Amino acid sequence: MKALVAVKRVVDYNVKVRAKADGSDVELNNVKMAINPFCEIAVEEAVRLKEAGTVSEVVVVSVGEKSSQEQIRTALALGADRGIHVEVEGRPEPLEIAKLLKGVVDKEQPQLVILGKQSIDGDNNQTGQMLGALANMGQGTFASEIKVDGDSLQVIREVDGGLQTLKLTLPAIVTTDLRLNEPRYASLPNIMKAKKKPLEVTNPAELGVEVKSHVTQLGVAPPPERAAGIKVEDVAQLVDKLKNEAKVIS
Amino acid sequence: MSLDFDSAQLPNPNLTDLHHAWREQLRRFIDVEIMPYADDWDEAGEIPIGLWPKAAEVGLLGLSYPEVYGGTPGDVWLGQITAEELGRVGAGGINASLMVHNIGLPPIINWGSQTMKDEIAPPILRGEAWISLGITEPGGGSDVANLQTTAVRDGDDYVVNGSKTYITGGMRANWVSTAVRTGGEGAGGVSMLLIPTDAEGFSRTPLNRKQGWWASDTATLYFDNVRVPATQLIGEENQGFRVIMTNFNSERMGMAIHMEAAARVCMEEAVSWARERKTFGKRLGDHQVIRHKIAMMKQKINATQAYIRVCNESIERGEPNPADIALLKVQASEVMEFCAREAMQVLGGLGFMRGSRTERIYREVRVNAIGGGSEEIMRDLASRQYGL
Ligand SMILES: Cc1cc2nc3c(=O)[nH]c(=O)nc-3n(C[C@H](O)[C@H](O)[C@H](O)COP(=O)(O)OP(=O)(O)OC[C@H]3O[C@@H](n4cnc5c(N)ncnc54)[C@H](O)[C@@H]3O)c2cc1C
Ligand SMILES: Cc1cc2nc3c(=O)[nH]c(=O)nc-3n(C[C@H](O)[C@H](O)[C@H](O)COP(=O)(O)OP(=O)(O)OC[C@H]3O[C@@H](n4cnc5c(N)ncnc54)[C@H](O)[C@@H]3O)c2cc1C
Repeated sequence: MKALVAVKRVVDYNVKVRAKADGSDVELNNVKMAINPFCEIAVEEAVRLKEAGTVSEVVVVSVGEKSSQEQIRTALALGADRGIHVEVEGRPEPLEIAKLLKGVVDKEQPQLVILGKQSIDGDNNQTGQMLGALANMGQGTFASEIKVDGDSLQVIREVDGGLQTLKLTLPAIVTTDLRLNEPRYASLPNIMKAKKKPLEVTNPAELGVEVKSHVTQLGVAPPPERAAGIKVEDVAQLVDKLKNEAKVIS
Repeated sequence: MSLDFDSAQLPNPNLTDLHHAWREQLRRFIDVEIMPYADDWDEAGEIPIGLWPKAAEVGLLGLSYPEVYGGTPGDVWLGQITAEELGRVGAGGINASLMVHNIGLPPIINWGSQTMKDEIAPPILRGEAWISLGITEPGGGSDVANLQTTAVRDGDDYVVNGSKTYITGGMRANWVSTAVRTGGEGAGGVSMLLIPTDAEGFSRTPLNRKQGWWASDTATLYFDNVRVPATQLIGEENQGFRVIMTNFNSERMGMAIHMEAAARVCMEEAVSWARERKTFGKRLGDHQVIRHKIAMMKQKINATQAYIRVCNESIERGEPNPADIALLKVQASEVMEFCAREAMQVLGGLGFMRGSRTERIYREVRVNAIGGGSEEIMRDLASRQYGL
């Protein structure tokens, strides 16, 4: 069984993201980039399935600029077998990414597609679901546990009220939640081996997709700074302020 | 620019994606497996035995050793990144103990018999066995050629008598690459012998009240008629001095890089405090006296980084210059000392309290300025090498 894993290049989660001075975008110049943490969980899950003998090949795909190949290499170092880079300029929207991934799915015919539930740049939480619809596959989103059983897949998903268990027919889409697994570190020997693993580069035209944009970003502004706190004299003053200033109780 | 650990590093065009990838993964490993425990381990005076196999797994222990023994050959830049990232922890004792095989094992790899390599290298690189380097004696460390521990040939064995002190990892070691006197006086009578610590007549005591490096075990070793088969000789008889010397370049480079990283940690902590702390109505960083301290730290750190790069480029070309490397070690210990002092000063009373990396690094200056060749010995060696 072949697993396809999508990974996205985003600002490293340790970096404090800042808006550009002109407010046109977030500052990406000289900022440390990394695999989106949820995508890393997706890679880890696929590699574990491979180690367990359930999956025979792990293919990782990234849609993005040339630099996204760094993240593909990281995924290869974590244990994926080969990479596909769909080279696009700029930052395509979730629907466009989903269409491009659909093109890769058509070519690769994976039984299992694993994506992060969202990426920490746009926090859209859409690509997996859109891909499910386009590829006509069942989907188990926000997975905290998955189990392959013959030609079906059991997905335990995190929902507001607790855990929900789904049974999907393969091929299927899974999007990962934080608690699905704890990704490993890529070891130095594996980082070196990753350099020799195949990485195929393709583009929207080859996949028969025309990348369009439907959304225009008007501006980016940091959240307002929190004003300094004050000490209240007594409970009566606190209640008064909550009622009349903050207007959170009535 | 924020003068933190990363942005205070000068660009190095020798680094490729491979190097950046290793730094990224190693940092993740350290931030999860080491950083959160560094204070506790240092206070406890040891690191957990489980850290070695984990470090082996990620490729830390095997870096620059041949694949046949479970290692990963790599260039000097991978080594530099490794030393920097371990230096960033700001607990030199953890590094000293975890990586002590990097002084004990190379003599075996470079000069030992095949049987010896096959037996000891794989378990050490898996993090399941330990080796130390035993050169220094109670009678002296700088004057290696004058060492007093004797190994007298008796049939197929050597009989060893004497002692070694300040030996890193000595309490845990299964083997010690030991310098012994097999011949006459001076450098020409020194041999290296691999001594197993379960041999009869071997004993050891811990030296556990040190100024710094608390997480590292340091020991005195005693040899009382210890019989060691002559096949345990590392290299040829009376050629031990050469074996010892081949170790020094890489040990000194590793220490210099570690010290530069430690200096950068001190600057990072000083800067972050200088931005936050207000005295006399201004941030510390707005007082000219404090700004100059920080600028001087950066100036000296810059020079050290550039010097490290030049030495590493020479090594990578196969033309290491031992005199330049010896003086690099002095440069690095002086800069570490300067930055530790100035950062402590910026931290004020807070710096005197345990809990910051700067406070610990301040207590690690001397072992770096003395161990692996003291500043005086390094200058002396360099001036001789330069043909003065
Ligand atoms: C924590 C720690 C860990 C160590 N780990 C190891 C280890 O794993 N293995 C090992 O073999 N050793 C180890 N050492 C020992 C270390 O290498 C020695 O301390 C060092 O070589 C200096 O030797 P010494 O302490 O005997 O000082 P000495 O040689 O007695 O020197 C004392 C002082 O005199 C100066 N001096 C000596 N000779 C001259 C001269 N000719 N001209 C000018 N000045 C001179 C020195 O620079 C020094 O300042 C360790 C030391 C420490 C503190
Ligand atoms: C072990 C210990 C015992 C102590 N005991 C006592 C005690 O019994 N009673 C008591 O009252 N205090 C005590 N202290 C506090 C001590 O007096 C203060 O630590 C000291 O006055 C410095 O103040 P600070 O730590 O707040 O540093 P800060 O005032 O925050 O100064 C930090 C650094 O900035 C420098 N700096 C500050 N302002 C300027 C400026 N305008 N220009 C240039 N540089 C500047 C300082 O020189 C220092 O290097 C003790 C401290 C320690 C560590």
